[in-house]
Amino acid sequence: MLEINNLHAELEEDSEVKILKGLSLTINPGEVHAIMGPNGSGKSTLSYVLSGRDGYEVTEGGATLDGADLLDMEPEERAAAGLFLAFQYPVEIPGVGNMTFLRTAVNAQRKARGEEELSAGEFLKLVRAKAKELQIDADMLKRPVNVGFSGGEKKRNEILQMAMLEPKMCILDETDSGLDVDAMKLVSDGVNALRDAGRSFLIITHYQRLLNHIKPDVVHIMSDGRIIKTGGPELALEVEENGYTDLLAEAAT
Amino acid sequence: MMPRAKLVQQKRDAAAAWLDAHALPEGGVWATKARKAAEARLREMGMPSKRDEYWRYSDPRRLTDAAAQSASVIDTGDAQPLFDQVDRVKLVFVDGAFDAAASDAPELAGVEICQLGDAARSDLHWAQDVYGVLEARGQTPVARPLASLNTAFATAGLLIRVTGQVQRPLALIYRRSSETADALMHHVIRLDAGAELTLLEDGPVAARYNQVTEIDLGDGARLHHIRAQGRDHERVGATHLFARLGAKAQLKSFTLSANGALTRNEAVIWLDGSEGTAHIAGACVGDGAFHHDDTVFVNHAAPRCESRQVYKKVLRHGAVGVFQGKILVDQIAQLTDGYQISQSLLLDEDAQFLAKPELEIYADDVKCSHGSTSGEIDANQFFYLRARGVPKAQARMLLVLAFLAEALDEIEDDTLAADLRDHLEAWLSRRA
Ligand SMILES: Nc1ncnc2c1ncn2[C@@H]1O[C@H](COP(=O)(O)OP(=O)(O)O)[C@@H](O)[C@H]1O
Ligand SMILES: [Mg+2]
Repeated sequence: MLEINNLHAELEEDSEVKILKGLSLTINPGEVHAIMGPNGSGKSTLSYVLSGRDGYEVTEGGATLDGADLLDMEPEERAAAGLFLAFQYPVEIPGVGNMTFLRTAVNAQRKARGEEELSAGEFLKLVRAKAKELQIDADMLKRPVNVGFSGGEKKRNEILQMAMLEPKMCILDETDSGLDVDAMKLVSDGVNALRDAGRSFLIITHYQRLLNHIKPDVVHIMSDGRIIKTGGPELALEVEENGYTDLLAEAAT
Repeated sequence: MMPRAKLVQQKRDAAAAWLDAHALPEGGVWATKARKAAEARLREMGMPSKRDEYWRYSDPRRLTDAAAQSASVIDTGDAQPLFDQVDRVKLVFVDGAFDAAASDAPELAGVEICQLGDAARSDLHWAQDVYGVLEARGQTPVARPLASLNTAFATAGLLIRVTGQVQRPLALIYRRSSETADALMHHVIRLDAGAELTLLEDGPVAARYNQVTEIDLGDGARLHHIRAQGRDHERVGATHLFARLGAKAQLKSFTLSANGALTRNEAVIWLDGSEGTAHIAGACVGDGAFHHDDTVFVNHAAPRCESRQVYKKVLRHGAVGVFQGKILVDQIAQLTDGYQISQSLLLDEDAQFLAKPELEIYADDVKCSHGSTSGEIDANQFFYLRARGVPKAQARMLLVLAFLAEALDEIEDDTLAADLRDHLEAWLSRRA
């Protein structure tokens, strides 16, 4: 599904700032991978480079989605190809209604894939059903995108978008941060409901907490722009108990 | 720098030259009196000049030249006209002249309507208390010579008097057929105490036009005014809206401008009675050879009034936007609530926004705020939309419409607002 090979990236405006330093990773269809790592290790940068945000320069290596060169595509093409990023910091867009935003996105992707656009009625039915599962009320759908949403509401709104867009490769960047226990459960249930043999997840998180709800197949530890260790779910527990210090020291030797 | 005396002389010479070339229209007693007084004002003030402080950001030359430059007439194809689904009484002007055949019977409007040309021939008319009177008042603190010129020479326009609450909106529709028509249009709108009217205006009056609208709102009267200035490219126009509000009167005025080579929209509003409300807003989108100037003066002359000015401009490819806005609060106008915001969204580096927001306050217990910003499309918002699969052009359009939304939100009637928004979206997507 997603194959990242020796990826190197630096800041476009300052080539001295090298962030990704040879990162490799393969996620097969249906798998859930987690990436854990200390702050500043480059996790969000990885998610941005994969989704096509400006400001980063890839100097070496690459990434493919189902064999197609991701880095060669515009962000909207990557989305239409099935890539989805749940943002660490969802963006507020005053003046654009959440509903309008969702419908525009869903139909733009369908159009790009040569599928029929959803009618207003079909869309409404779908969005209401999915919003209900995430306990997103009608008012939140009517308001401008993320404006005045609490931290938890913003994260739930990201998962709603994911549920509506039905991507095949989902990247979740610290979707658990700022969530209380109930919201964490809602979000995890939302993610688990989407788990499917044809869909893969890359879950970026700081804490093991979320991984109790969304069971990963593979756990990677990232530090200073690289994966320094890969293992099973037990690796996350190890981090939870001992922190990163031992793992980092081990990698350094 | 040119000495002031010399500038004044040049301006007066220009006015004299114009006056020599044009004869005042014939008319009855009241109109002749108003026209002569306006002519004298123009002679005294002179024509506007680029060197005037008040015309610092906009060159008036194309408005004052002896003849209008030619402006092609846009072919709107089979596009649905604005406000088409609204049950309204239509009064149509072509190149600034009334077209009775294309209009509904004015009686349908349930208000008193007469043509300026007809009324000016009689010796007495109710409009004499307003015609040229508000315009003359609007000559201080700054001179607005184009408006005096209009009062002196206009023969087209409507005198509208409303005594009750009118349900159906009155729509003034301006169509063009000539590439060189040079039109003067002067409307007077008087709402008696407690009266209500929705007034719609659609289209540019002519290739070049100078329009004055004088609005007199009695106590508790409410006027809802929505104007769209068409989307012809080369036309130039100057409009003045002079409005006085009695106690508890309400004026809500919104203007949408797209294209047009040069537009100067002036609004002068006096809140003369306590607890009056004046909301004036504008949204404009300009591309290329486009210069749009909103110049607004709101005078709080009575206590406990509220005023809002909300102006939004989207500019690209060298388009220029200007906002000059002033709130003047007289000493008597305690508990004034005044708000002014002017913002521009610059879609590239060639576009330009010039703003001069001013507050002048003589009362001590007031709440007044103003702000002016100019910025570009927010990169985070743009990326967020694209990361969800929205293509670039569509993402930009969504953000442009979002930016304009605050001005469109000033329109009270949701149907009319949605109609304007849909048209705007169609116009923008044509040029995306
Ligand atoms: N746009 C940027 N400008 C400056 N520094 C950046 C930028 N993006 C990332 N960095 C730097 O790159 C490093 C990795 O950041 P990030 O990817 O956000 O890490 P993480 O998500 O793992 O906390 C940090 O040192 C951060 O300061
Ligand atoms: Mg991060």
